Amino acid sequence: MKSFEGQALRWEWRDGVLELTLDRAPANEIGTAMLRELEHFVGAARQLTTETSACVISSAQKSGFSAGADLRELYQGAVALDEKDRSAGVREFLERIHSVLNWLDEAPFVTIAAVHGVCFGGGLELALVCDVIIADKMARFAFPELRLGLIPGFGGIPRLKRDLGNGFVRDLLLTGRSVNATRAQAVGLVSQLAAEGEALKLARATASQITKFDAGTRVAAKKFIKPIPREELRREVEIFCELFTGPAVMAGLKKFVENTSPMPYQP
Amino acid sequence: MPTLEQTTQEVLNLATTHFKLPLGALSPEDDFFKKLGIDSLQTLELLSRIENHFGIELPDYEVQGVSDFKTLAERIQSRL
Repeated sequence: MKSFEGQALRWEWRDGVLELTLDRAPANEIGTAMLRELEHFVGAARQLTTETSACVISSAQKSGFSAGADLRELYQGAVALDEKDRSAGVREFLERIHSVLNWLDEAPFVTIAAVHGVCFGGGLELALVCDVIIADKMARFAFPELRLGLIPGFGGIPRLKRDLGNGFVRDLLLTGRSVNATRAQAVGLVSQLAAEGEALKLARATASQITKFDAGTRVAAKKFIKPIPREELRREVEIFCELFTGPAVMAGLKKFVENTSPMPYQP
Repeated sequence: MPTLEQTTQEVLNLATTHFKLPLGALSPEDDFFKKLGIDSLQTLELLSRIENHFGIELPDYEVQGVSDFKTLAERIQSRL
């Protein structure tokens, strides 16, 4: 399927480039609707691998790339369940999102995230599977999960550790603070900085350049420089599920859902 | 290093431009959440604007609870 328009995203294949556009108000929160359509996208992308050189992932929402997991949906779904069912439900969701993100991480084409605005939590984890992140200079990146009594659950820590220095990883994770695009570029998270509103344009130009290279060489190069940290990804799921049954989590989620402060991602 | 008054004025100028307000619409003691009616995403935009302008990083937890321009300028001063 070369084009699709769903409730949370759309995609279009043209001239060797797949463009995936996240578009779910208010900030591309990743819940069951987004996950279902991401799975659909991966199914279509698998069919298009031989004729695809690059994939650009961007957002049509003004707020940014993605604010991360849909915490309201998560809270509302979990609050009605007992501890055992709650844990099973979150594990199933994690297994599915890991499957999507692992496939994108090692996709045989080059993946480019064009990021603007908020790129937090699960949104940053989606950007992290991409080979290249091109960020608008007003973009902000954060892993605010600790405020909920959780760690990032969509592969964030293993992939950050793979790609960046541990000092920055600890700062980002343990303070929960957000960093701007300039800092993100300085530490190697962001590959290219774009002027305001120009990230998608630069991502398209980069994708166009990539279409000129031999597919076999591209695949070999990517495999060599980007190993998938499978063992750590498995451990992350286990730690997340263990933490998810702790008392801090439901209290943290409730506080977030009811929060009306200007910085709801801060504890 | 600029004085606190100079930094405060720069922050006011930045916010005035960013939110497309008339010159002189903002003053140092204004509560920017009330005066500008900004939400969490606009707060992050302002934070990025300030960081890019001053070439600093201003961790969210340092500005959490800050609501007036003068106190915000004080936080910026400590990072210049």
